[in-house]
Amino acid sequence: MRIQDNSIALMTIVSREIRRFLRIWAQTLLPPAITMTLYFIIFGNLIGSRIGEMDGYDYMEFIVPGLIMMSVITNSYGNVVSSFYSAKFQRHVEEIMVSPVPASIILIGYVLGGVARGLGVGLIVTLLSLFFTDLQVHNLFVVVAVVFLTAVLFALGGFINAIFANSFDDVAIVPTFVLTPLTYLGGVFYSIQLLPEFWQGVSMANPILYMVNTFRYGILGVSDIDLSFAFGIILVFIVALYSFALHLLKTGKGIRH
Amino acid sequence: MTQALSIRGLRKTYDNGFEALKGIDLEVQQGDFFALLGPNGAGKSTTLGIVSTLVNKTAGSVLVFGHNLDTDSVAAKKSMGVVPQEFNFNQFEQVRDIVVTQAGYYGMSRGEANDSADHYLQALGLWDKRHTTARMLSGGMKRRLMIARALIHNPKLLILDEPTAGVDIELRRSMWEFLQRLNEAGTTIILTTHYLEEAESLCRNIAIIDRGEIRANTSKRELLSQLNRETFVLDLAQPLQQLPRLEGYSIELEGDHTLLVEVDKSQGLNELFAQLQQQDIQVASMRNKTNRLEELFVRLVEKNLES
Repeated sequence: MRIQDNSIALMTIVSREIRRFLRIWAQTLLPPAITMTLYFIIFGNLIGSRIGEMDGYDYMEFIVPGLIMMSVITNSYGNVVSSFYSAKFQRHVEEIMVSPVPASIILIGYVLGGVARGLGVGLIVTLLSLFFTDLQVHNLFVVVAVVFLTAVLFALGGFINAIFANSFDDVAIVPTFVLTPLTYLGGVFYSIQLLPEFWQGVSMANPILYMVNTFRYGILGVSDIDLSFAFGIILVFIVALYSFALHLLKTGKGIRH
Repeated sequence: MTQALSIRGLRKTYDNGFEALKGIDLEVQQGDFFALLGPNGAGKSTTLGIVSTLVNKTAGSVLVFGHNLDTDSVAAKKSMGVVPQEFNFNQFEQVRDIVVTQAGYYGMSRGEANDSADHYLQALGLWDKRHTTARMLSGGMKRRLMIARALIHNPKLLILDEPTAGVDIELRRSMWEFLQRLNEAGTTIILTTHYLEEAESLCRNIAIIDRGEIRANTSKRELLSQLNRETFVLDLAQPLQQLPRLEGYSIELEGDHTLLVEVDKSQGLNELFAQLQQQDIQVASMRNKTNRLEELFVRLVEKNLES
């Protein structure tokens, strides 16, 4: 009975989250589609034709996996941070706090909502990329696994950001000053083989590099890093962030007085 | 019989050092219509916040129908519905979606949720607004929406924090009738209110809290019997030029047509009217200066301030 109650509660949270981002599709689904199309045209077609090849592939082919991953990261993070902070700000988070839904189900529900938007936008960007290049899938399992796990990881990050946020400025700080630089320096637009040895070492400390490269391996079959190590890093981050987020939620940080 | 709510030694000290609750004990019987009264900042909302798990307690225990909030929170939470003072729903969602979503948090299937939502939206006069975005509702409708949402899982205990604040008189009366019917059907109701007339009309038992301590906790009848003086307002048929002499009564002239008379419980009104008759003072109408509970409330709180 308890399992059934929890599964209904989980489905309720996930469907509410999906309804939310579909209701405001002009803010959630349209902007990444337009931005990524501009990236494809400007970096892929116009500048890319002058760059030539990267790791043995056309520049357009090289950047498409990175741009898809960038969309997944920013949207899974952005969905949870804005949704949960809005719930705090409007106080409707209290609806769920007074109910018997366990903290773990609340967390998983919000994370799956973020994953749904991340994967949805990733799919839209993938379909758009087909107008610019022929996308081959080298290893479907790697593609699906790394996209899903990356979306989970960044949705968890968004949740923690929302818990600590006290204003809408706090919601924007991490994506602007942490997430965007890490994504741009995470091998989306270049192979780290191009960097001097010192900066290659520095780049290895960027977790996004592992996700982008693993995804690129799944599509093209080339990667700058070892896949099993990459999956290991992602899983360690997921376990650490999940445990931290659950602890914050159970103690009522930022929600209960 | 298991109590609907049992609070023991409840303390709350906020991070800024403010001691909102100083170890209160409170018990509410099943089926009761109970009022928790007190001035602003007395600790009413903190108490209800702890019971509804929106505020972390510093010490003490809370049992809802025998289920301890610390060790059996699922059963405790399933037994109660909460209507907070501030609007706390997603203003951009539709009325019916808000209520049905809440049912999902309690594990109700979609079919059960839809049936229950339709029942309460109709009962609370929101049926025509079911597809309206919540922010488009009037203040009174928003309050009723929060009541429908709190009742969606048919709780045995309904907690309302200032349920009729900002609601017009007609609507307030209809909400009172709704709550009375709900109570008669077996739901235990606890409310806080600033309208003492509301508490006097609806509630059987009353607790008065002030500065984090319970000052009185008894039946309404018992509480009102403590009121040994009442002030009556007499509207006079003819104007008075000077204050009349009424032996044994403390009186005050307000304008030239209104007489305020303080009457001790032991005195009664016959003697007052006999003296008025002797002096040929005609009374056109008479009423209480304030509602009786309000008078008692003010005296209790004033006494506390003086001490």
